[in-house]
Amino acid sequence: MKTQYLREVKGDHESMYSAHNRALIQLARKDSRIITCYGDFVTGEAGEVFHEEFPDRILDVGIAEGHLITSAAGLSNAGFIPFTHCHCLFGLGLGYNQIRHHVAYDKRNVKIVLCNSGMIWGDIGPSHLAVEDLAALRAIPNLTILSPSDAVSTEKATIAAAEYIGPVIIRLPFINANYPTLYRDDFTYEIGKAFHLHPGDDVAIIATGILVSDALDVAEKLERDGIHARLLDMQTVKPLDEAAIVAAARETGAVVTVEDGSIVGGLGGAIAELISETYPVPLRRIGVQDQFGESGKGEEIKEHYGLSAECIAHAVHEVLRAKKG
Amino acid sequence: MAKEALVMELQTKATSLRREALLLMKEMGSGWLGGTFSSADVITALLFYRMKHDPKNPQWSERDRLIISKAHACELYYAALSEAGYFPKEDLKTYSHLGSRLQVHVDCRSPGAECSGGSLGLGLSFAVGVAMGAYVMPDKKNLSASSRIRLARFRVYCIVGDGECNEGQIWEAAENASHYRLDNLTAIIDHNKYQSTGSVEKKMSPLSLAEKFRAFGWETREIDGNNLEEVIDTLDWTGTIVGRPQAIISHTIKGKGIPWLEGTNCHFVRVTDEFIKEAFEALKI
Repeated sequence: MKTQYLREVKGDHESMYSAHNRALIQLARKDSRIITCYGDFVTGEAGEVFHEEFPDRILDVGIAEGHLITSAAGLSNAGFIPFTHCHCLFGLGLGYNQIRHHVAYDKRNVKIVLCNSGMIWGDIGPSHLAVEDLAALRAIPNLTILSPSDAVSTEKATIAAAEYIGPVIIRLPFINANYPTLYRDDFTYEIGKAFHLHPGDDVAIIATGILVSDALDVAEKLERDGIHARLLDMQTVKPLDEAAIVAAARETGAVVTVEDGSIVGGLGGAIAELISETYPVPLRRIGVQDQFGESGKGEEIKEHYGLSAECIAHAVHEVLRAKKG
Repeated sequence: MAKEALVMELQTKATSLRREALLLMKEMGSGWLGGTFSSADVITALLFYRMKHDPKNPQWSERDRLIISKAHACELYYAALSEAGYFPKEDLKTYSHLGSRLQVHVDCRSPGAECSGGSLGLGLSFAVGVAMGAYVMPDKKNLSASSRIRLARFRVYCIVGDGECNEGQIWEAAENASHYRLDNLTAIIDHNKYQSTGSVEKKMSPLSLAEKFRAFGWETREIDGNNLEEVIDTLDWTGTIVGRPQAIISHTIKGKGIPWLEGTNCHFVRVTDEFIKEAFEALKI
């Protein structure tokens, strides 16, 4: 049983970065203020189109993430809507002060696209695996943080980010990997809204990013086993859809959070903070458990760090037992 | 106006702004007197001579921009913005008070201020972004075309500290500015020879700031930044440069205007009534 947002069956696997780029091209053709900026980062489809149609509106600043973020704030002062693109970890690590200061504090209309985020990238090594981005960025006032879960929601998030006036972070996974398409093309996206992807009142699974797809598989399998799991896709991590989360805690009495980054301060941290103050219920947090990453294949990494569908299902049974006990 | 009269007028303005800046410092009980007074003449010349701006319309899209990257030097800047007409003089008395638009360290809540500062090393990158924006012609090929007629909609000035040039991002910004041939961008390095806890030379020798900026592709001049005639001549020169950003290494005296502090590391100074009285004697108009 699926809710209105989803396709009957998962669609083709598609790169979320490609979907973002398609949206960016669409936006640029409509709005001459859209400008796209890179820190020596892959430009993909947007690069080809911008170089041809809007060569003034594509900039590469070289390997200089701090400058990338700050100069985008300057472009915004000059009247443009810049989208910056770089590795998540380096935009975060080398651009944090810049995001805090020149983007968030001054409420600039800058859109920061953090690519290759999360633990499940594979074949890259610990130096590039960003798991702390949600924790670190969530603590900065004025930011809106979007965390799409498939190509369709990425495209819609990109368009919504451009329409929203103010600083937005868009968190995207590994740019070259393809992920199953979950959402119907015609679903109505809204910043700040958690999307109900599966109905249920026994337990709530609250997920964000690429693991939403795995969480959906888990919810469907549980349904076949007679357990009704409510699945919420936290497309916006900040501001949180507090009403949806508190309702899920109240109506199900047990919560599992799922993310591909650190539970320390991440989505799991955010939900623990919220429900412990509003409606405390048994909670398990699936995500990276205060660890750095490692090289390896994506599926191996999921297993190793406890991010697989089996781990989600196991956590669901744990909270169900805790709820009954 | 004859140049001599102009210089005299700007000198008087700079002195009067130094006096007002002292009153702001008194609101807080202390202030960044050294770096504020060293850069006072350049800020005065920019806002009251060189820049195209309209205090009645602070968000005018074609205005020239001034970015104070060494944002601790905010007291005289706020006084100058008020003098130019961005906000009433009474507001200056609220400086540093809870709820004031005039926050400690330049803050864009202040009308006329382009961006908030305080984290050193970032302002030049911001200025590069703004300067690029002046060149982006949404429906034409301008910035990235190899042969072109380049038209910037406005100019951007950025005041950077000499100690601030320790920060690596200054040089990320420097290479971007010359790579993109931002001739509408001028960086003024307030070379007052001291940073927070000691002399620039002893902390981290900058060697020659002029040679560094030249090596990064900037048209560079070294001037006496407390000599208003040289300052206005050099600001005029910046407008004649095509295809390259300009760096002005502005040799200044820390604490300029307060004789017993000049040339010492008077970075952060306690400002009492007695201090004001003596300082006002020195800053007679």
